Amino acid sequence: MAERCAVIGVGQTHHKAKRDDVSIAGMVREAAKMALADADLTWSDIDAVVIGKAPDMFEGNMMPELYLAPALGAVGKPMIRVHTAGSVGGSTALVAAHLVKSGRHKRVLTVAYEKQSDSDAMWALSVPQPFAAPLLAGAGGYFAPVIRAYMRRAGAPDHIGRMVAVKDRLNALRNPYAHLHLPDIDMAMVEESIMLWEPLRYLESCPSSDGAAAMVLAAEDAISGSNPPAWIHGTAMRSEPTIFAGRDQVNPRAGRECAADVYAQAGITNPREQFDCAEVYVPFSWYEPMWLENLGFCEQGDGWKLTESGATAFDGDIPWNCSGGVLSSNPIGASGMLRFLEVAMQVRGQAGEHQVDGAKLALGQAYGGGAQFFSMWVVGSEKP
Amino acid sequence: MSAPSGTVRPVSVASFAQSPNIRRDDQRNEVEGLLPVIAEVFGNIGITKDDVDFICSGSTDYLIGGPFSFVMALDAVGVWPPRAESHVEMDGAFALYEAWTLLQEGEIDAALVYSFGRSSLGDLNEILTLQLDPYYMAPLWPDIVSLSALQARALIDAGKATEADFAEVASRSRRDALANPKAQVAKDVAVDVLLQDPYVVEPLRRHALPPITDGAAAIVLAAGDKATAWSERPVWISGIDHRIETHALGARDLTSSPSTALAAQHAGVADGKVDIAEIHAPFAHQEIILRQAMGLDASVTINPSGGALAANPMMSAGLIRIGEAASRIAAGQADRAVAHATSGPCLQQNLVCVLEGA
Repeated sequence: MAERCAVIGVGQTHHKAKRDDVSIAGMVREAAKMALADADLTWSDIDAVVIGKAPDMFEGNMMPELYLAPALGAVGKPMIRVHTAGSVGGSTALVAAHLVKSGRHKRVLTVAYEKQSDSDAMWALSVPQPFAAPLLAGAGGYFAPVIRAYMRRAGAPDHIGRMVAVKDRLNALRNPYAHLHLPDIDMAMVEESIMLWEPLRYLESCPSSDGAAAMVLAAEDAISGSNPPAWIHGTAMRSEPTIFAGRDQVNPRAGRECAADVYAQAGITNPREQFDCAEVYVPFSWYEPMWLENLGFCEQGDGWKLTESGATAFDGDIPWNCSGGVLSSNPIGASGMLRFLEVAMQVRGQAGEHQVDGAKLALGQAYGGGAQFFSMWVVGSEKP
Repeated sequence: MSAPSGTVRPVSVASFAQSPNIRRDDQRNEVEGLLPVIAEVFGNIGITKDDVDFICSGSTDYLIGGPFSFVMALDAVGVWPPRAESHVEMDGAFALYEAWTLLQEGEIDAALVYSFGRSSLGDLNEILTLQLDPYYMAPLWPDIVSLSALQARALIDAGKATEADFAEVASRSRRDALANPKAQVAKDVAVDVLLQDPYVVEPLRRHALPPITDGAAAIVLAAGDKATAWSERPVWISGIDHRIETHALGARDLTSSPSTALAAQHAGVADGKVDIAEIHAPFAHQEIILRQAMGLDASVTINPSGGALAANPMMSAGLIRIGEAASRIAAGQADRAVAHATSGPCLQQNLVCVLEGA
């Protein structure tokens, strides 16, 4: 039988365009030490380490977990390296959770990172492959046509994307760790920013960040630290193929089924009502209304209306991405884990200025690849 | 550190398949290489992808030289409708560990594990240099054969082995590989002949190096009723564990493998008599180090398949060790076997799996 598992420590770096004061090892260690301190533990209390990041080509290190083992106190311990594209930060946390849920370990450290300033993600995503269409425009170029399909399908007006861009950057002003702090952000500023991939403007896209995230997960009889635990109520992963005739890329079936799975485990029948907040992977503004529909927070075609009504704003009834989200900090490999970590902070009541009052139950979601890999968890302040 | 829980859910290696291991598979891409392997691993026990609840794969982008090589590889399984699936940037043996962990929770009963890699696409010796510390080691470009030669030299200097011992390992491995239809390098050459080989990097002669191999492998894990329904003689994983060492080669005693010893202890290698061991030792001298770390005496048959010296498909060679060991138990040739997988320069990370017949 699966053991109960909780988040008992969280840590993250101040996400920035360039962390040229630290090596990759120094950066991941910074987040890990913070998570250990939060859990009131030291390196020797940790049984295993699970690390994740996006493609190795981003920094040019093959299987960097080998080099990072000593920096993360993993010597003499099991260490696992996860890679599931953009969803990897979430999947990494889920693999760590399974090590605890299976009864295998009591306390597991999980870490995810990207040091984009050491890299060129656009180049790494655009290496020509035999028999495959080159992705010369990076992720934005890949997703822009999908967004246009959504706008047409849902009859969504142009300004919705800009609203999300403004809302998440306003939230980021409450989060000291966020990369982008744009105090003057408003609709006009987004509209005046350069068009990158129609309909996505510069300010409707995520930044390139250096940063790391870390969590300590523990079994019920190994809870420590002075902050309350965030109990894991459900975990799920789903994948579907990148391309085939008839695939719905706007509202992927893998995302819907992943949500259905995690909701069933956590007893969620009405996500908008039952969740106090959510952290959802929105690297391009329009993915908020699209995922609102995919995750069942509203009916099909109504996602943009929810965004437009202000329901997902910090003071709305279902705030999304109070941390500022991926639109405000994007250390790619860590971006998914930050979603999972931020909801743990919310239900532990440690989110500071971006804390949702009395948050008890929250959803963390990450996606990757051609919107084909999904990982999700539900965390709560109460034991499941 | 906590020891693995005493109450381990029995999980069986229900089916195993591997591609032919060849020097250069330039007629097929990764998906085409995997398709027959996946078909065979299901076909062996008459099941389909719908009979497994979880899929986990192991591969590395650096072989193909592009991001997300595992993404298209999923097409070899065909994850439609969508499936619960995960991937490690590690040998498939570690993917098997992840799947085994999920099976321990008791909520699912079967998993598909697979791995693949075409080492022929680039210069493998150079590519593996990119595994090293990117600030202090990789810029010096020490290649993996040279680092392994340093390890072999340390072994000789410590009086723990001789060049003739390396040749002995190579001679036996390739002779045993004659009985393995999937082997890439199989031949019967005497030790004194091998010792006439020129050095590649002293003290490693050509025979002490693994071949460069393209290949893929897959295993189906099963628990509960599926384990007994899918096998006449289930092969159970009685223990599995893996450990990592520091990356700094200067801080390690390269003549021993403490991470293997620790993993062997946690996997329970010494809890019974070992009949055979499939050891993932890419370089001949590493078998000697690993054998000692796992406490395997002269009574244990080592690498009846020929091991990694007969075929070394990157990212699959470890998973294949588990499959080869399980196959011999299933065939009644052994009752208890040890399988081992390694990763990183000079045996930095090691996994040990103990398998037992019913």
